[in-house]
Amino acid sequence: MKPARFDYYSPSSRDEALELLGQYGDDAKILAGGQSLMPMMNMRLVRPKVVIDINRIAGLSHITPRRDGGLAVGAMTRQRELERSALVLETAPLLSLAIPYIGHFQIRNRGTVGGSLAHSDPAAEIPAVCLTLDTEFELASSGGERTVKAEDFFLNHLTTALEPVELLTEIRIPQTVGNWRWGFQEVCRRDGDFALVGAATMLHLDDKGICLEARITTFGAGGTPMRMDAAEEYLSGSSVNADDRSEAARLVSDALDPISDIHASAKYRQDVGGVMVRRALEQALLAQALPFNEGEDAA
Amino acid sequence: MTTERNIRLTVNGKAYESLVPVRMTLVDFLRGELDLTGTHVGCEHGVCGACTILVDGSATRSCLMLAVQADGANLMTVEGLADGPELHPLQRAFQRNHALQCGFCTPGLLMTAYEFLRDTSNPTEEQVREGISGNICRCTGYAPIVQAILDVSQEAG
Ligand SMILES: Cc1cc2nc3c(=O)[nH]c(=O)nc-3n(C[C@H](O)[C@H](O)[C@H](O)COP(=O)(O)OP(=O)(O)OC[C@H]3O[C@@H](n4cnc5c(N)ncnc54)[C@H](O)[C@@H]3O)c2cc1C
Ligand code: FES
Ligand code: FES
Repeated sequence: MKPARFDYYSPSSRDEALELLGQYGDDAKILAGGQSLMPMMNMRLVRPKVVIDINRIAGLSHITPRRDGGLAVGAMTRQRELERSALVLETAPLLSLAIPYIGHFQIRNRGTVGGSLAHSDPAAEIPAVCLTLDTEFELASSGGERTVKAEDFFLNHLTTALEPVELLTEIRIPQTVGNWRWGFQEVCRRDGDFALVGAATMLHLDDKGICLEARITTFGAGGTPMRMDAAEEYLSGSSVNADDRSEAARLVSDALDPISDIHASAKYRQDVGGVMVRRALEQALLAQALPFNEGEDAA
Repeated sequence: MTTERNIRLTVNGKAYESLVPVRMTLVDFLRGELDLTGTHVGCEHGVCGACTILVDGSATRSCLMLAVQADGANLMTVEGLADGPELHPLQRAFQRNHALQCGFCTPGLLMTAYEFLRDTSNPTEEQVREGISGNICRCTGYAPIVQAILDVSQEAG
């Protein structure tokens, strides 16, 4: 038997799960898609005393439009469902662009949006996208609910604002109004691997093509995904021409202070982080380069 | 204490009921308890794809699921592909194209290809390569596997 001994609960309601979490706290682990937790348990890198399986709770898996025009996504929504959702493509195409980069389709069949956020691997795609989209998270405990902004959620390597007694229940993606463009780029050794480094960008353009707001996030280049403030400020008010894009890439490389590991050196991540931003900006400007837009035209 | 649980599930159309330790993975249950050893187990952390089976129709790593989580589920393993002595078109295409040597990766690749072809009609070679990118084969160099899957899609379409 691979995992160490544990007690197993499969609550059928959210309240029951929150009660168990309140009771066991630090000794318990939530089991969502299992695509990160199970490998760690099989290798005995984690040995929870209690496993709380939330797969049988109704009402944690949904993709619903919100009254304010945004989107609410249940924490247990499988990554594969997001990948296939027309609603996500319409409201938050950045997410549709990023999801296919997660592992392989068999992993996405099971892996959940909430699991990816709670696990918070520094090279993971969903946390980077949520930070770029200015997403909010609903966290629940038996004491009540609170809402945390993405910028306050990711604290450090595999560490989030979630307390041991809290369950991530929903993510809320605000609506974007006007002419927004999207870009997502990452580099990895083999298809499906975690990114060595990557970038997500959103550009809000006026009708003359001047940038009203730029959002730039890098991931895999620090303990958490990071918004690149200097480059964002530099681009707003510009026409995001080739020189602007190169300067933004330079500002990003300057701002990064990544680590070296067996996968890549710090210098590589720093340089290529800038290149990923430049390419993501190019991709955002050339909307026709987005495969999903092509699909829509054809339909 | 909940260290054992009774589960009921369907595997390849047949109903089973069993008392399982909660920490037993689904792949160990299939192989060790149900004697369905067609599903292989390699890395046990989701990377190699050898243990891929269909859980309620979706290709899933059975090393990353607990057996208790399959309570009530409908599973299909490689043993469910053939119809008696009659091989499934995918199995015939693998045989014809020499898409296996040691055969270790084959069950996982067949189940992956099963879902892939169900969801993707007339795939390009590029799409097939992407589709099987989560399954590692140390023998064939992949080219015959890609060819076998393309063969079946052409037969079907
Ligand atoms: C071969 C392979 C390749 C992969 N490649 C990538 C990749 O390229 N990019 C990527 O981002 N990921 C990758 N993953 C990981 C995958 O995306 C996981 O699905 C994800 O990291 C965790 O989601 P999960 O639903 O499987 O969560 P689980 O593994 O079930 O849980 C992960 C952690 O989050 C906690 N948790 C889960 N849900 C909640 C919740 N609602 N509230 C509070 N805590 C919760 C758990 O307790 C656990 O600590 C890969 C995995 C594998 C096996
Ligand atoms: S044994 Fe399950 S993926 Fe390798
Ligand atoms: S045939 Fe030997 S691993 Fe694929």
